[in-house]
Amino acid sequence: MFETLSDRLTTVFTTLRSKGRLSEADIDATAREIRIALLEADVALPVVRLFIERVKERARGSEVSQALNPAQQVVKIVNEELIEILGGETRMVRFAKTPPTVIMLAGLQGAGKTTLAGKLAKWLRDQRHEPLLVAADLQRPNAVGQLQVLGERAEVAVFAPQPGNGVGDPVAVARESIDHARRNNHDVVVIDTAGRLGVDEEMMKQAADIRDAVSPDEILFVVDAMIGQDAVNTAQAFMDGVGYDGVVLTKLDGDARGGAALSIRQVTGRPIMFASTGEKLADFDVFQPDRMASRILDMGDILTLIEQAEKTFDAEQTAKMATKFASGEDFTLEDFLEQMMMVRKLGPIGNLLGMMPGMGQMRDQISQVDDNQLDRLAAIIRSMTPAERANPKILNGSRRARIANGSGTAVGEVSALVTKFAEAQKMMRQMANGGMPGMPGMPGMGKRAKGKGKQDKKKKRKGGNPAKAAEREAQKAAERAARREQPGAVPGAPGMPQLPPGMPPLPPGGKMPDLSNLKFPKK
Amino acid sequence: MDYVILAVILLIVVVLAGAVALLRPGRRTAAPPAEQADSTVSDGATATGAGQDEADDAGVGILDRPGVPPTPEVETPPPSAGRMVRLRARLARSQSGFGKTLLNLLSRDALDDDAWDQIEDTLITADVGVASARAVVEDLRTKVKVAGTRDPEEVRGLLKAELLTQLGTDLDRTLHTAPHGERPAVVMVVGVNGTGKTTTCGKLARVLIGDGGSVVLGAADTFRAAAADQLETWGSRVGATIVRGPEGADPASVAYEAVSSGIAGKVSTVIVDTAGRLHTKTGLMDELGKVKRVIEKQSEVDEILLVLDATTGQNGLRQAQVFAEVVNVTGIVLTKLDGTAKGGIVVQVQRELGVPVKLVGLGEGPDDLAPFDPETFIDAILAD
Repeated sequence: MFETLSDRLTTVFTTLRSKGRLSEADIDATAREIRIALLEADVALPVVRLFIERVKERARGSEVSQALNPAQQVVKIVNEELIEILGGETRMVRFAKTPPTVIMLAGLQGAGKTTLAGKLAKWLRDQRHEPLLVAADLQRPNAVGQLQVLGERAEVAVFAPQPGNGVGDPVAVARESIDHARRNNHDVVVIDTAGRLGVDEEMMKQAADIRDAVSPDEILFVVDAMIGQDAVNTAQAFMDGVGYDGVVLTKLDGDARGGAALSIRQVTGRPIMFASTGEKLADFDVFQPDRMASRILDMGDILTLIEQAEKTFDAEQTAKMATKFASGEDFTLEDFLEQMMMVRKLGPIGNLLGMMPGMGQMRDQISQVDDNQLDRLAAIIRSMTPAERANPKILNGSRRARIANGSGTAVGEVSALVTKFAEAQKMMRQMANGGMPGMPGMPGMGKRAKGKGKQDKKKKRKGGNPAKAAEREAQKAAERAARREQPGAVPGAPGMPQLPPGMPPLPPGGKMPDLSNLKFPKK
Repeated sequence: MDYVILAVILLIVVVLAGAVALLRPGRRTAAPPAEQADSTVSDGATATGAGQDEADDAGVGILDRPGVPPTPEVETPPPSAGRMVRLRARLARSQSGFGKTLLNLLSRDALDDDAWDQIEDTLITADVGVASARAVVEDLRTKVKVAGTRDPEEVRGLLKAELLTQLGTDLDRTLHTAPHGERPAVVMVVGVNGTGKTTTCGKLARVLIGDGGSVVLGAADTFRAAAADQLETWGSRVGATIVRGPEGADPASVAYEAVSSGIAGKVSTVIVDTAGRLHTKTGLMDELGKVKRVIEKQSEVDEILLVLDATTGQNGLRQAQVFAEVVNVTGIVLTKLDGTAKGGIVVQVQRELGVPVKLVGLGEGPDDLAPFDPETFIDAILAD
């Protein structure tokens, strides 16, 4: 169910591969898969149709590339189109020539307007503005209180003359707020309005009245990234009802693919200006079309992953680990446990792996790994003595039995862990050794990205491992190679599409990923 | 953080975890109870201490609304019987477009591939999801062929039957809110941010009080600014007792406190409102698991209601899956059905997880919460 577009396309093209150019039939087969992928990402149906027409048109054209196989080529086109639609004409908040600049928020209930108002205020304050939050949501119980608390946290003034909970006239509040802002030298006014439905005429009228009362410089439509097919209707209803100049996408920290972004952009033509990615006031950013595109396509979002990792891991740990990897110092179960706990903190393991581009081919294995297993592994390791963790070789039968009892697992599981760990250890050593020669110099990633893999690969071919682990390694290595290219390619040209679908087939059999690119944290 | 390191770590974790996983399938069927025991033992150990301590925590206070206070704002809400019928008209208004398009298509003279595709598209537009839409259309197609019918009424009957099958008619949709002797029933309300959990709690308390029960509301949403106040406003309108802690308090301790005050006050139902959390946040999901475990020290949790927003798209399924994993969701509340959204995602959720929709929210009014009845629901969808 959670197949990526790249996986799907790869399947479609396995029969057609090596053709090297796109025929009409290929395009049709592809279009179907793209359609499903987009629909599953919650892109609205009419928008999907339009979009596919565009992609077909382009695919049919002369853009036949020698370098890319058909699947890659199609994904590239799709990705480029997406970025173009999402990103074309991005802009920042327009500030009024004569302050105060008035920003009004509108949206459905529960889209996150009040929270966003707080975030926006903090963002503005960080940009050295003097914002004023206006509590014009007098509908929902204690929305006013919520805004006041948020204002406090963001250290921003809040204008809330009415208690809310159904009492008071939001239009009047909005009108008064402008004078209040002028008197108190606030140069930006952020008006939080009540959530309303597109079909609720009365409430839409009220929103329009607020608009007319304050003539805002920016009306922002706040929409939840999880919204489904209804996004189009809602976006249109708000467009007709109040009109808006920009869109804010909230709750992007979930795993919704956020196809609504595309739908709304396409239907209303309004740019998506901000993305809100968490519950903290600082989790707020300018919208980035290229990331959104790969998210909609579920291409893996390595940048997000790294960002998350940066938030979670501290630099010291990272540095320690890097040294460990590189020096070939024996990698102990203790280290592994520590790493695993770090990974665990990042989020559900399935999600993490999903964010790695090209993981598609491994999906079966991934689906077998869940967080409970990690916990179980941790339990096993924690049932060992420090000496055993440092040197698993001393684990004899009775020790294993004790560990199994202590961790509530079976002896077989303990043994499997030990065997696999020995393999992993060996692998680490090899990577470290193989990687070392390439180390000196340490130029930036981007520069050494290309052409690198090939030389190293030959050096390090190795057949000692059991076939299964080796196979996994080969796939991993492919991904690593792909990933290596990415950071170099990201700025500017959308390099993404080259990655996942048809990894250049690697020599079968064991082949060790090289660590020569291992970049050490700058100290 | 360097991604190569990250990748290496992930790789090792996957390889090792995978290795152990491969061993498991053989004994997995036999093992679960044992595993369960392990995890609860270890978790329980920490939770026991925590739960007790927090319960005694000075920070948690009870804001007692003594009995039913004679404040003017307390209303006696009407009983819940017949609500779905009253709300049917509204539902029909917002959704008739959906039903009409379908019927128009179905009653065409010739049902060619195009028409079927359009039917599928119509279902997709209702957020039913590609797979479910396909399943419905395939089945309907076969049935129409077998029946050899072109009569709109008959086709409509078939469509209704088909949609009903998808929704599952045999699921238990009763809400377990009756007290067990001395002990109150405990209802937990969970969901992602902004779906309407607090509102649902308020409405639910209203319904239960209207039906002659007494309710304690536990404001275990200690995270969002003023969430407890919001719940308190709801509670004071109908005269429900509120148990709340300071902002940022441990939600489990508030929940614990709510349940014990429910037991002490011999009320019929305790409703615990939890903070909205995205299902991807492991830490928050663990916290939710803890809230449940801590409550279970005193009383079993009778209902865990997952609140899903009708506007939610395909991500709703993912949400339901994760929440079901963590806290064993027993029912779904589909909110904001009064808009243009069709809430088709519940079809998929029921198909995949078998968790029934128990309640629907149909607006912002205090009485706009109704028991979900698939037949009435689909009748309303198909109303001309």
